[in-house]
Amino acid sequence: MGAGHAHRLHRPGTSRVHTLPPHTKLAAVLAFVVVVVSTPREAMWAFGLYAVLLAAVAGVARVPPGFLLRRLLIEVPFVAFAVLMPFVAQGPRTEVLGLSLSVSGLWGAWNVLAKGTLGVAASVLLAATTPLRDLLLGLQRLRLPSLLVQIATFMIRYGDLITDEMRRMRIARASRGFEARGVRHWGVLAASAGALFIRSYERGERVHLAMVSRGYTGSLPVIDEVTASRAQWSRALALPVAALAVCLLGWTL
Amino acid sequence: MHVPDGFIDAPTSAVTAVVAAGAVAVSLRGARRELDERTAPLAGLVAAFIFAVQMLNFPVAAGTSGHLLGGALAAILVGPYTGVLCVSVVLLMQGVLFADGGLSALGVNILDMAVVTTVTGYAVFRGLVLLLPRGRRSVTAASFVAALVSVPAAAVAFTLLYWIGGTTDIAIGRVATAMVGVHVLIGLGEAVITALTVAAVIAVRPDLVHGARGLRRPLRLRVGGEPVDAPEPEPAAPAARSHRAVWITGLVTSLVLAGFVSFYASAHPDGLEKIASDEGIDEKAREHAASDSPLADYGVKDVTDARVSGGLAGVIGVGATVVAGSTVFWVLHRRRRGGTSPADTTAPDA
Amino acid sequence: MDPVTDSATTAVPASLKVAGLAFAYPDGHQALFGVDFRVERGERVALLGPNGAGKTTLVLHLNGILTPGAGTVTVAGLPVGARNMAEIRRRVGIVFQDPDDQLFMPTVREDVAFGPAAAGLRGAELEARVERALALVGMAGSGNRPPHHLSFGQRRRVAVATVLAMEPEILVLDEPSSNLDPASRRELADILRSLDVTVLMVTHDLPYALELCPRSLILSDGVIAADGPTAGLLGDGELMRAHRLELPFGFDPRTVAPRP
Repeated sequence: MGAGHAHRLHRPGTSRVHTLPPHTKLAAVLAFVVVVVSTPREAMWAFGLYAVLLAAVAGVARVPPGFLLRRLLIEVPFVAFAVLMPFVAQGPRTEVLGLSLSVSGLWGAWNVLAKGTLGVAASVLLAATTPLRDLLLGLQRLRLPSLLVQIATFMIRYGDLITDEMRRMRIARASRGFEARGVRHWGVLAASAGALFIRSYERGERVHLAMVSRGYTGSLPVIDEVTASRAQWSRALALPVAALAVCLLGWTL
Repeated sequence: MHVPDGFIDAPTSAVTAVVAAGAVAVSLRGARRELDERTAPLAGLVAAFIFAVQMLNFPVAAGTSGHLLGGALAAILVGPYTGVLCVSVVLLMQGVLFADGGLSALGVNILDMAVVTTVTGYAVFRGLVLLLPRGRRSVTAASFVAALVSVPAAAVAFTLLYWIGGTTDIAIGRVATAMVGVHVLIGLGEAVITALTVAAVIAVRPDLVHGARGLRRPLRLRVGGEPVDAPEPEPAAPAARSHRAVWITGLVTSLVLAGFVSFYASAHPDGLEKIASDEGIDEKAREHAASDSPLADYGVKDVTDARVSGGLAGVIGVGATVVAGSTVFWVLHRRRRGGTSPADTTAPDA
Repeated sequence: MDPVTDSATTAVPASLKVAGLAFAYPDGHQALFGVDFRVERGERVALLGPNGAGKTTLVLHLNGILTPGAGTVTVAGLPVGARNMAEIRRRVGIVFQDPDDQLFMPTVREDVAFGPAAAGLRGAELEARVERALALVGMAGSGNRPPHHLSFGQRRRVAVATVLAMEPEILVLDEPSSNLDPASRRELADILRSLDVTVLMVTHDLPYALELCPRSLILSDGVIAADGPTAGLLGDGELMRAHRLELPFGFDPRTVAPRP
């Protein structure tokens, strides 16, 4: 899970997907994921259609399949979980290649894999076509409480900085011949974490001083208000609406 | 432990999202009390810190490594409300930016990893700090236990959610055993790192450790060259009260969640199961709820109504956790009484 | 250190007037013991002093972040106090030592806009203000870059712009030359000289003070120990030693030609 964090996720571009206002994209992805999760797992074809829908979006956004597939690796821990399901689930069992597998476990594994993968792919597309800053503006526009948006803003602004400090501390440790090899070295890592916390907290205090010095009184002024036209909304919502149609078909067929 | 989409069914995800939103709303108000107008920059920086620390992999053994969840650590360092906010924001950003944890499962993830770890961790921590002799060593020990308990607690919460809204009928007993078993191990790592981190902070900037505020020495003023103790600004009572508030809030939340939500969920058999039974592929799966499957371990025997049984089981589960926790307190409390006089360990050296 | 004559003040109030300022931290540590000085409009003044002299404490009084235990601070005739805090914070622009603390918004443009926007400016007027401030520090066109993609020198300049955008009465710089390479250092000096604003510069960097500020104050043990022309103060070896101020090796203020 940790490996993916440092990746640069955004792929700058000017496609019709890139230029949609961020809050419409956020709403669309959220709605899409909810629709996918609500789809009966027996309607296997529906998930195929969802994948086609996402592939179409990726095509319009010119996100290469390789990029998308690589990002899907974040799911691996849960794939392992899914693979186990047919073995540990209960209920009637079936023979597959000489293995006795639970039917409901197989369905469960399929369910988690299909829905999880579609969810990750949708989020990856969102992150790939929307700069960080715009995502925050989108969350703000979607009426996420302002304090949460502020916290997220600071987290994004200083995340790199603190990760960098952590990296420098590791280099400092390494250049003195230290390498964490096992439980015995946890103390050293924790000491670094402690130092990192103090630095982070003290920086928070200094940032607060700098903010107060420039007139901060508890709320960030809204400098950029993102707006979306009806056309943009309908373009963004095309994805979840199409998905909803598929979902409803899945329920009735 | 980031739950992806499709793991928990839609109705449960929705209810969980509402509960998580409520918890975050409460934390927003609480954090303003903890940090006033400094909330945004400080919580933001602490969130960035938690985010970074989650990337700090610590080697466990033979090539495997674990990473911190950070809920208990955040709660001890900056207070429970701010802790919930920080971890929630980290989870939100991980979900939106890194596709780490499903968007539809955001409520599940926040409830599980931000609220349960933080609230449990802090409740255990404050409880121990009140019981153990005052001193830095106690704070470290309390941090250790708090972090150790917080991780399996999250696993239990996840199991509970999975039992209510899981999409596969795995015997819940097995899920619980596996989850708790694995997470006790992870919790050990979390506990060691958390305790050592808190100890490292307390050694340098004890004033920054929210959970150790009771340990501050009284301020001194220089009046005409003579050092004079400054009057205590506030007695320690608010700390105790806020601790109780957190404890009660946590307990009530988990009881409501366990009882009400499981009642609700079983009152409306979810669509997936309905389809499954319509299609006739799982005639047997239907009977599992009342049969002798290990799932029955979590239902209450001799209560025929499945809904009431499920709700009761949830409440009993939470109750058992609380009892177990209290027993630990009680044992430690007794041991302390039997030990040497604790009062003078923290005598100020000034 | 004699009090400045009051003849000029009738027309234009001093940019900054500090009188009898004393302060003790809540932990009892007293940092200031009666600080008196004034800075006229348009002056560039260096505030020199050893570590622990109370320089940062003094700076935090100038815009009301710390409240004096005794004494007053007046900015362009307006006393610093709870009643006019918003106006004071607009008038006193503090540039903190670490530009990463100062640049807390995700993009340069938003950061520069933060102060004026907090004061209520919106729309085209705000845009114009941001553009002007960025142009003053030679960073026009960098508005949409995230601060952490800039070099350290650029970040320091943007930090100055964030304060200039508020059109302050007085610019207070905390160690402006720290961590700058020689080229960035010179660029910043050029920018500061080009600004038509009162400057109070807190620094350890004595050559930089000599280069930029005709007048200097020495803060030592919580009081102003000396006030006079920079070259004169730096040339007074005994005074310098008494206050733990040391010139870099080979630097002689008497041989440095004054800048036009």
